[in-house]
Amino acid sequence: MRSWPGNGTHRVPYWVYTDPEVYADELRKVFGGKSWNYVGLEAEIPEAGNFKRSKVGETSVIVVRGKDGEISVLKNQCAHRGLEVCRQDYGTTRTFQCPYHQWTYRLDGALSGVPFIRGVNGHGGMPDDFVREDHNLQRLSVTTRHGAIFASEASEMEPLEDYLGPKMLALFDRVFDGRKLRIVGVSRQRIPGNWKLMFENIKDPYHASLLHVFLVTFGLFRADNPSRTEMDSTGRHSALISRRSTNLAPNTATQEMASFHEKLELHDKRLLDIVKEFPDSATVVMQTIWPNLIVQQQANTLATRQIVPVGPEAFDLVWTFFGYEADDEAMRARRLRHANLMGPAGFVSLDDSEVMDLAQRGIHCDESGQALVEMGGRGTEDHDHIVTETAIRAFYSYYRSAMGL
Amino acid sequence: MTEANDWQIRAEIEALYARSAELLDEGPISAWPSLFTEDGSYKAVTRENVDQGWALALMLCESRAAIEDRVYAIEHLSLTIPRRTRHLTSALRIAPEGNAWRVEANFVMFETLAGAQTVCFAAGLYRDKIVRADGALRFQERTAISDSALIRNSLVIPL
Repeated sequence: MRSWPGNGTHRVPYWVYTDPEVYADELRKVFGGKSWNYVGLEAEIPEAGNFKRSKVGETSVIVVRGKDGEISVLKNQCAHRGLEVCRQDYGTTRTFQCPYHQWTYRLDGALSGVPFIRGVNGHGGMPDDFVREDHNLQRLSVTTRHGAIFASEASEMEPLEDYLGPKMLALFDRVFDGRKLRIVGVSRQRIPGNWKLMFENIKDPYHASLLHVFLVTFGLFRADNPSRTEMDSTGRHSALISRRSTNLAPNTATQEMASFHEKLELHDKRLLDIVKEFPDSATVVMQTIWPNLIVQQQANTLATRQIVPVGPEAFDLVWTFFGYEADDEAMRARRLRHANLMGPAGFVSLDDSEVMDLAQRGIHCDESGQALVEMGGRGTEDHDHIVTETAIRAFYSYYRSAMGL
Repeated sequence: MTEANDWQIRAEIEALYARSAELLDEGPISAWPSLFTEDGSYKAVTRENVDQGWALALMLCESRAAIEDRVYAIEHLSLTIPRRTRHLTSALRIAPEGNAWRVEANFVMFETLAGAQTVCFAAGLYRDKIVRADGALRFQERTAISDSALIRNSLVIPL
């Protein structure tokens, strides 16, 4: 059994990113434990019978809207021989039928049909004590808030509102404010790195003001912008909140940025035609919600990013870009344009997927090495600036307790 | 249109496709935007979004100016692991439309990261609108539709 080196979380052992046993434990304790896993948006399945395929950890699940409008999250595994019964990412159906022996399930997962259940001409059939009701698709716990859907393999889950805590709930409700959402589209990428690197990336504003030339040069995110780094009381969720600079002149903050391009100008300026749309003054809020969700608001691009682990050294990042049903044509066009900043080809996020690849390569075979996470101190408290790695330390503090490490 | 003209325009369009692949793969990529009209657009999308009726693009350039911004970012702004790409285009279907041509074609893009084996990065369909502008054929619209929704890490060079 592994043991965490030293006290605190200002050092992170590299084996947490590579060890298959740690990873198997994460699937059980992090994704399969008492966690609300984000699985999608209600706007993806607006009508009765609409379904989408999603993941809880590595487990394939069906997120489906029943006839009564209720959302179920079902394990995508036939109760007979374990096949995936749903074979499409999106669709509309009245039942789910396993192709192998045509076992049929209702939208709430109830097993409704077993061919030859009483045999044929007196031969075969299921044993007399076979109880159909005992062989439904497994139902996960489900909760929704303002259009976002969460599921859990744990049966006794606290309400999402308590799970998030008041500070994180208020930030969640900032974007998910109850208005009806409209899907802009979905992007998917497989990043060759451990899933925790993605959370660390979003919880690390220090890099954002250095690596991302685009953000820095256009003032979208800079070390000298008014900013905050906040956590919930457990440290498992966090948010970076920042306001765009209007004064883009070079100064002491830009002097240390090798990547700062003072003279850079866009040929097509519509890319950064940003409209204020939230009541507060923040222009970027990046929220991370344990164990698998990032809520992104940067300029006028809104997205959920779902982290889907694929073994210890890779994960899929599923981006669901959205807006509001009430968006006018100009806002719809703007959200599409601003989506250029994000996703697998994003002017900003492209740097991150490349860096995560390099990170995994660097730590891949280092059993004894440790990451140094001491920017802004060694504690896990909130900071009113972004020259800090406090949110990473807070994340690992909760991670250690969840994992028993 | 006579049959001879058909072959002539096909040869010209194939030359445009070859030039596009050459500039993306061998460079200079900064010259790639010149293959578009000033109001020309470039989009890279996935089939999943097309099928769902979602407008999201991986890359969306609504003007030649925006294509220039994208190319500038690739060359000067983005942090990327060194790579090489290879675009193959085939099975052109050409349909004249007024003064333009609608073209569909299959494409494959291979990618080779420094130190790694070559992989098939994407396969898909081009849906293009080609016009004659300033004496040469140029893209007025180019949409590259990737069959797979799942991108292998980062999309750096346009499909």
